Amino acid sequence: MSNLLTVNNLTLATADKVLVEVLSFSIAHGERFGLIGESGSGKSLTSLAILGLLPPAIRPMGSITLEGEEIVGAPERLLGGLRGSVVASVFQEPLTALDPLMPLGRQIAGPVRRRLQREGRDRDRATVKGEVHDLLDQVRLPDPKRLYGSYPHEVSGGQRQRVAIAMGLACQPRLLIADEPTTALDVTTQVEIIRLINTLVEELDIALLFISHDLAVVGQVAERVMVMRHGRAIETGDTQQVLTRPQDDYTRNLVTAARRFDDALEGQK
Amino acid sequence: MSSDPHHTPKRKNITFWLSLVLVGGIALAGVLSFFWTPYALSDMVGGRLEAPNATHWAGTDRLGRDVFTQLMVGARIALIVGLGAVAIGAAIGVTTGILAAFATRFLDDALAAFFDILIAFPTLLVAMLVVAAREESSLDTAILALGIGLSPIVGRITRILTKQVLGQDYITAARVSGTSWLSIVFWHILPNIVPFLAVNLALQFGLAVMAEASLSYLGLGAPPPNASWGRMLQEAQGTVYTAPWGAIFPGLALFVLVIGINLMADGLRDSFDPSKRGV
Amino acid sequence: MTLMTVENVGFSYGTGQRVLKDISFTVPRGSNVGLVGESGSGKSTLLRLLLGLESPQSGRILFDGKPLEAKNARYMRDYRKCVQAVFQDPYSSLNPAHHIRRIVTEPLRSLNVPGDHLEMARDAIAAVGLSPDTLGRYPHQFSGGQRQRIAIARAIVARPELVLADEAVSALDLSTRVRVVDLFEEISERMTMIFVSHDMGVVAALCDRIVVLDRGHIVEAGETETILKDPQHPYTRSLLASIPRMPATT
Repeated sequence: MSNLLTVNNLTLATADKVLVEVLSFSIAHGERFGLIGESGSGKSLTSLAILGLLPPAIRPMGSITLEGEEIVGAPERLLGGLRGSVVASVFQEPLTALDPLMPLGRQIAGPVRRRLQREGRDRDRATVKGEVHDLLDQVRLPDPKRLYGSYPHEVSGGQRQRVAIAMGLACQPRLLIADEPTTALDVTTQVEIIRLINTLVEELDIALLFISHDLAVVGQVAERVMVMRHGRAIETGDTQQVLTRPQDDYTRNLVTAARRFDDALEGQK
Repeated sequence: MSSDPHHTPKRKNITFWLSLVLVGGIALAGVLSFFWTPYALSDMVGGRLEAPNATHWAGTDRLGRDVFTQLMVGARIALIVGLGAVAIGAAIGVTTGILAAFATRFLDDALAAFFDILIAFPTLLVAMLVVAAREESSLDTAILALGIGLSPIVGRITRILTKQVLGQDYITAARVSGTSWLSIVFWHILPNIVPFLAVNLALQFGLAVMAEASLSYLGLGAPPPNASWGRMLQEAQGTVYTAPWGAIFPGLALFVLVIGINLMADGLRDSFDPSKRGV
Repeated sequence: MTLMTVENVGFSYGTGQRVLKDISFTVPRGSNVGLVGESGSGKSTLLRLLLGLESPQSGRILFDGKPLEAKNARYMRDYRKCVQAVFQDPYSSLNPAHHIRRIVTEPLRSLNVPGDHLEMARDAIAAVGLSPDTLGRYPHQFSGGQRQRIAIARAIVARPELVLADEAVSALDLSTRVRVVDLFEEISERMTMIFVSHDMGVVAALCDRIVVLDRGHIVEAGETETILKDPQHPYTRSLLASIPRMPATT
């Protein structure tokens, strides 16, 4: 069975700098794939490239195939059709990802309406509202009535992120890209969101590209993982393997660093 | 800071160099007018309303005075008034802006509203009020009037820039280092707002030059024998069909100076922007 | 020997809600104390009080046995010679318009510390593992980790007794974070330190005592070892349980 996403020798460069270099990896349908990298590794750019949202100054070369369609060099019309229906995203800062002036219900309704149109179904208020309520349920948000009319600043960070996830799922994508979705959240909220993402991905049988600088978090989410540094793939493999028996020196340094704090928590300084 | 050679990107800033040529040319003419002009300013040295020729490069006006001489003196006036007004506007505006940024909530809101109300008045109107209040029109009055007219805009921008700086951790770090608020204003705040202010002040300079020409056109600017381009325009009104050069030359001079100043402001902004990006 | 005592401190901004309620704890000389809390716990406000940037509405803070009088300029002069800070954002805590020498010597200048300021700055820069020519450069020429080292140099240049670190490694990449934590470990051998952080892992690695804050209250305080092994309060327990751990090495 062919992969859902195949990135082949992807290179992203501006006029004077190469930001991502001959990157290759693939994600199978329903697979949970993790991307680990520090700042400047090119991990976020890679996700933007998959979504076709690179800034004009960055020229992509190589190939990205999503559900059989080529992304690199594709016209906006094709990309727009893929976004939402095939691939959706959740970003780090829910405060800026959501429109501060629009009630949450309306924001989720947007992508819902697009999907209903695509499916040729009725888009009357009742149907849309019903779908939105279903989504709010799916992301385990209590009191959907209150949330429907609330504004982003009126709810907690964790709830905002759930709404962002709901919006991502509204179009029933095949691949969900989550870029540092828990980094801006409290540690106690982080656990819930990770659990939610894992559950949803399982329930809906969608693939996940989970990007983070936090090794432990990626370890809890991904089945396979790729470590990036300065735009290059350093090591790719089974998560357990990479995080317990890293092959590459750089990965080993990261793992040692992460374990240092882990061990400190176990009481071993 | 931005004088750091590692800072400024080597950019081919054509607009900036062009602006220097334009503004510099006019400034040169203005400075030169202190030492030399083709003819004396008020002397009627030629035939009336002569077209530009070899003896009178820009022709003569309706009283036979040399237009080119008037243009040079006009350049001097434009620059003196422009710079003077900006200096006064900056002195008042920066001081009030910084004070407003430090003010407590209520006072800050009041000052912000105050600035906005003043800005709503056309600069020219404010200038006219000041001239009327001083019951005389002179070079000094024009400078003062325009300076006061400009100050609320400078004040508002200074307030916003200062607030941005105050939100930075290095201000808290300075306080924890024991630095006094006065030192913080001079060594931390001013150096970081001046680049952005400079761009705005350059634009204000252009506005001041235009406003001075307008004041003089209305007869409220520096009185004769000071030859402002605005007054030249006013005097050339009656004969604009028969002797258009009387209006074209001062008009062109104004145009060149203001365009030059705006290009200079653009160039300034470009040279500050990327280095300020920091990361 | 106690260096700092916080006694029943309470604080609210303006007429709003109480941000800190009845906070009491001690900081023994030479120890590293971690103030742990998530957003809204009041830890940032507590830090500002400890730095004398605000005054508590109730209770008091004692430093070296004497009360912290935040409004007394003379007192604060001396206080700041003894208590310094490192802040979270390395891109905001250094004035972009100043060269490093100016930045690092600022406390020496403002507090009128006697001695050769340039020499002291050189020592501080060396102590944080940076080369001497750092002093002639500007902040934008350095990475986040290097900037944080410069900020640490500034904090220790006047040889304070107490250094407060406000989420000082939170904004750093993992590999850089480890190196800066190492640096803090080195420095804390010569000074008392208070680490304010939401990151239990960092606090556990650096501190021998922990104070846990939740919504303005102290819910638990004690020796790090004890708290990690046997957390008493449900909040502490959930906090520790929520931290994602690396997979076990089989």
